[in-house]
Amino acid sequence: MCSLPVPREPLRRVAVAGGKHGNEMSGVYLVRHWLLAPAELQRPSFSAVPVLANPAATTACRRYVDRDLNRTFTSTFLNSRPTPDDPYEVTRARELNQLLGPKASGQAFDFVLDLHTSTANMGTCFIAESSHDVFALHLCRHLQLQYPELSCQVFLYQRSGEESYSLDSVAKNGLALELGPQPQGVLRADIFSRMRALVATVLDFIDLFNQGTAFPTFEMEAYRPVGIMDFPRTEAGNLAGTVHPQLQDQDFQPLQPGDPIFQMFSGEDLLYEGESTVYPLFINEAAYYEKGVAFVQTEKLTFSVPAMPALTPAPSPAS
Amino acid sequence: MTSCHIAEEPIKKVAIFGGTHGNELTGVFLVKHWLKNGVEIQRTGLEVKPFITNPRAVKKCTRYIDCDLNRIFDLENLGKKMSEDLPYEVRRAQEINHLFGPKNSEDSYDIIFDLHNTTSNMGCTLVLEDSRNNFLIQMFHYIKTSLAPLPCYVYLIEHPSLKYATTRSIAKYPVGIEVGPQPQGVLRADILDQMRKMIKHALDFIHHFNEGKEFPSCAIEVYKIMEKVDYPRNENGEIAAIIHPNLQDQDWKPLHPGDPVFLTLDGKTIPLGGDCTVHPVFVNEAAYYEKKEAFAKTTKLTLHADSIRCSLH
Repeated sequence: MCSLPVPREPLRRVAVAGGKHGNEMSGVYLVRHWLLAPAELQRPSFSAVPVLANPAATTACRRYVDRDLNRTFTSTFLNSRPTPDDPYEVTRARELNQLLGPKASGQAFDFVLDLHTSTANMGTCFIAESSHDVFALHLCRHLQLQYPELSCQVFLYQRSGEESYSLDSVAKNGLALELGPQPQGVLRADIFSRMRALVATVLDFIDLFNQGTAFPTFEMEAYRPVGIMDFPRTEAGNLAGTVHPQLQDQDFQPLQPGDPIFQMFSGEDLLYEGESTVYPLFINEAAYYEKGVAFVQTEKLTFSVPAMPALTPAPSPAS
Repeated sequence: MTSCHIAEEPIKKVAIFGGTHGNELTGVFLVKHWLKNGVEIQRTGLEVKPFITNPRAVKKCTRYIDCDLNRIFDLENLGKKMSEDLPYEVRRAQEINHLFGPKNSEDSYDIIFDLHNTTSNMGCTLVLEDSRNNFLIQMFHYIKTSLAPLPCYVYLIEHPSLKYATTRSIAKYPVGIEVGPQPQGVLRADILDQMRKMIKHALDFIHHFNEGKEFPSCAIEVYKIMEKVDYPRNENGEIAAIIHPNLQDQDWKPLHPGDPVFLTLDGKTIPLGGDCTVHPVFVNEAAYYEKKEAFAKTTKLTLHADSIRCSLH
């Protein structure tokens, strides 16, 4: 949770993290490239630091070694006493918290950009915490304006009452990029180039902000989770069917009550029985089978984002 | 040239393998479904046995535990003395050979279908190991014709050094079935439907054959493996270039010398060398990064099969 709604100082300490999940290859290869050639991450007002978030999982080309690193940045894990039996990712989360945080403290990094890909047809999606995440939302707006051909969507992941559990919550501000579809373990040139370009534009935005640009108020459309839907399962807990062909790849499209959502192995269709339209995301994401999620149900909301005034240069004489 | 002695006997024992790679889910779930309800795969007079070949890998949703099960059905591995020190898959291969083989014996299963997925855009693919196998060329011709207009490609892996010892090779007639693109760990309904249809037509063919139907001589187009191409790598062995956007998803399509093949991380294009057109397959298959294969070059050729008919009628 960011401690200030909008930064009042330039953002100097910025990190770009890839390989939080070791088999999401675009971020892994971008970070490896930047570790050798960091010039691409430099801007006049700051230089971003590339971070390979989960080295052991990256080497093994797996999502994680012991537990999902992207669910481990809660105070329970970060503040508990280290023991030799700690899962790899718990130890690593504490290391990243030392490097980029500590979470919710004044010494935390100003901004962390977290790079992800999905097997779902997520297109170009920006993931911020909530509608109060003013800086991140202005950043999303800037990206949308810079890439009108890309149909960029915004997903606000935080559910009320829940603590943020992901890496970008360690810093004062953050954002995740989620591009798809891309299989785990595969590096596609189109996704790689798009991610690289988006990162460059994120850093350009931070530099613009640092240089004293003001950003006016605007209306934002975003998606917020209202529930999840698991696959149909047998009594033993195994899959009994899969995502219906009419729902497959239809992330961000409206799902109406009565629309087919699953196709059973025995042939029949299961229909959506909710009461209202939802917008499904992460449809058929490989990593979510074990989390019991076939897709995330979201609602679409529109809201005003307040203006972000230009930074006042400091110290300066009264004008 | 016919393997006519075997072709004229009716087919009796057929197996359908899923989960040879534990994260290629279509075969896993089709086999699990058929183990509970096998009506769809029954044909009169034919024993059709669905079977999960690598259950530990399936449980972990990973390709393999110790080593790739689909590369170790050679006689040396199959003959090793059983011990707990052997890799899991080698022990498993010996069990499978005992149940469905032994390889190269009269007792082995007649046909084994081995179900696979690929992250490559290969569509419906049948894998052939022997270019002179009349019976399988006839089967593949039947499947392709039945699936049309849905394309179905035949990949011929007959090669002195590149052919590998597959799980299915313990049968008299080994058939590889590969459908993509599908990510590892994902089950897509459209891919499931395609694989299901391929099996249906294959079993229908066997049934018609056993009933005495004559299949006249025929010809099919196949893509024969020539060479595997690795990613360009740096001194540390890390990938330094990726499949070019022009080649990505273009499996089976002709690739000419000079066409873009790789794009370096610095943005340079690396073209295809040599002086002949090739047809690439397994373009950007996730599991082949560690096998150092970015794609395989194939050449297109036509195989002919003599007419076949079951001898009991």
